[in-house]
Amino acid sequence: MSDLGELYQQVILDHNRNPRNFKRLESANRKAEGNNPLCGDRIQLYVRLDGDTISDIGFQMPEGSGCAISKASASLMTEAVKGKPTAAAETMFAAFRDMLAGGANAPGKLAAFSGVRAFPSRIKCANLAWHALHAALQNRAEPVTTESARDF
Amino acid sequence: MLDTAKIRPEFPILTQKENGRRLVYLDNAATSQKPRKVIDAIVHYYSFHNANVHRGAYALAVEATEAYEAARTAVARFVNAWAREGVVFTRGTTESINLVAASWGRANVRRGDTVVVTAMDHHSNIVPWQILCQEKGATLRMVEITEDGRIDLSEFGRALEAKPKLVAFPYVSNSLGTVNPAAQLTKLAHAAGAVTVVDGAQSSPHLRVDVQTIDCDFYALSGHKMLAPMGSGALIAKPALLEAMPPYHGGGEMIERVWDDHSTWNKIPHKFEGGTPNVEAAVGLGAAIAYLEQLGMEKVSQHEQELARLTIERLSQIEGVTVYGPRDHRAGVVPFTYGDIHPHDLATILDKDGVCIRAGHHCTQPLMRRLGVAATARASFYIYNDVDDIDALVTAVRKAGGLFGVLAS
Repeated sequence: MSDLGELYQQVILDHNRNPRNFKRLESANRKAEGNNPLCGDRIQLYVRLDGDTISDIGFQMPEGSGCAISKASASLMTEAVKGKPTAAAETMFAAFRDMLAGGANAPGKLAAFSGVRAFPSRIKCANLAWHALHAALQNRAEPVTTESARDF
Repeated sequence: MLDTAKIRPEFPILTQKENGRRLVYLDNAATSQKPRKVIDAIVHYYSFHNANVHRGAYALAVEATEAYEAARTAVARFVNAWAREGVVFTRGTTESINLVAASWGRANVRRGDTVVVTAMDHHSNIVPWQILCQEKGATLRMVEITEDGRIDLSEFGRALEAKPKLVAFPYVSNSLGTVNPAAQLTKLAHAAGAVTVVDGAQSSPHLRVDVQTIDCDFYALSGHKMLAPMGSGALIAKPALLEAMPPYHGGGEMIERVWDDHSTWNKIPHKFEGGTPNVEAAVGLGAAIAYLEQLGMEKVSQHEQELARLTIERLSQIEGVTVYGPRDHRAGVVPFTYGDIHPHDLATILDKDGVCIRAGHHCTQPLMRRLGVAATARASFYIYNDVDDIDALVTAVRKAGGLFGVLAS
């Protein structure tokens, strides 16, 4: 149970039940779609970029899609990057990915996902939103999938 | 019920621990575990009889050919095939269906024709027909299912009014567990002039199958779901249809004579077995069939149905659990959801207790859309599962509820 407690930390369960920035952003000027074809999870990410700053961000997951890990990860990501420069968001993504690959904990609340390391089958769930954000910031139109991104 | 105390030790993988606990393997609809007898048959084949089949002039090659052809006889007997020549070895159900689509389909389906599938079909019995219909300019029609997860017979009848060239359906649904009235569906389809393809991936491991009673034209099965190795499988067909069909893969073994600019074809089933076949897989499939025949397929069905009945009863007592599929006419497949816990999370939590279930869309995305869910959790049974496994499943599901504080959806 201790491993499960590490995976499903209270902050993750909270963000799963009450996701933040869980909205379609009408003012978005960047969008991206992420798919995890293995479990059917899908995310729509909306970003409002003003100059180099992520001034607003929101996400949606179709009804019933989105496990606790992918939904909480998307929610915590939006909180972490809102109001930040794009370069800072990319740095956080690198730290997050590094943590899941066995590296040091990512800063702040993102460290809640350190328990995912012990569950290799769930790493793609945690990474999904971040890959969507990366695609949105790069202004890539095609949906990202956990099966095509080489570094998922 | 089967004597699982005797059966379980015959499966090496079931004697190992998973996360320090007894392995509770409940993902049999995805693939089955293998008994020592099947593993030994493969090792024995490579240790004593390995050579290429149907071509060597030496004794070893004759032995390999005999082992391969004996497996064909076993498959023919197991499903009561029309003839042993009507058994084509393939890599599994997916390749069997693709063979029919590529060979029979290309030769017979034309622009404006209709092909019928059902909303409960596995992707492997949908996508090959989509590809064929797109290539030919034909129409693919998907028959709806009823509220309780059966093929809607009035919808099926309406689809037949289009006089389809071919009708494909699963004998048993991998996502719902529904056992479809295969003989009845085939009879209706034949009356409309259609050729029928039955996806037997989930029926062959679990039911006594008699293709002559069903009277379908093609029947596809996978060995790996019925104790045999991955990469084993067969297409069982009416010999006259195979005779009339063009080849599938060109290459060695499938030819009679090869000239500079054309070739003539070997007899069936060899016409459809170009290249060196997976002899090891066929040998393993033969050993798996011998194992199942010794147990008796009626007893196998009864065992799994009893486990499924008990599981549905026990899971339904948990508030917030929804079980999908019909109440009767079902095989040992139990799909369910639990409140607002995503099936993927459920599977992770169960795994910690050594309970292996599948979570996801089960390669049936059109069906999931109709059920209005993105994914389900699925427990599926086989001959080595017992009441202890159900206890472990139910305990772990309750534990997940405690962890997540389930909100009934």
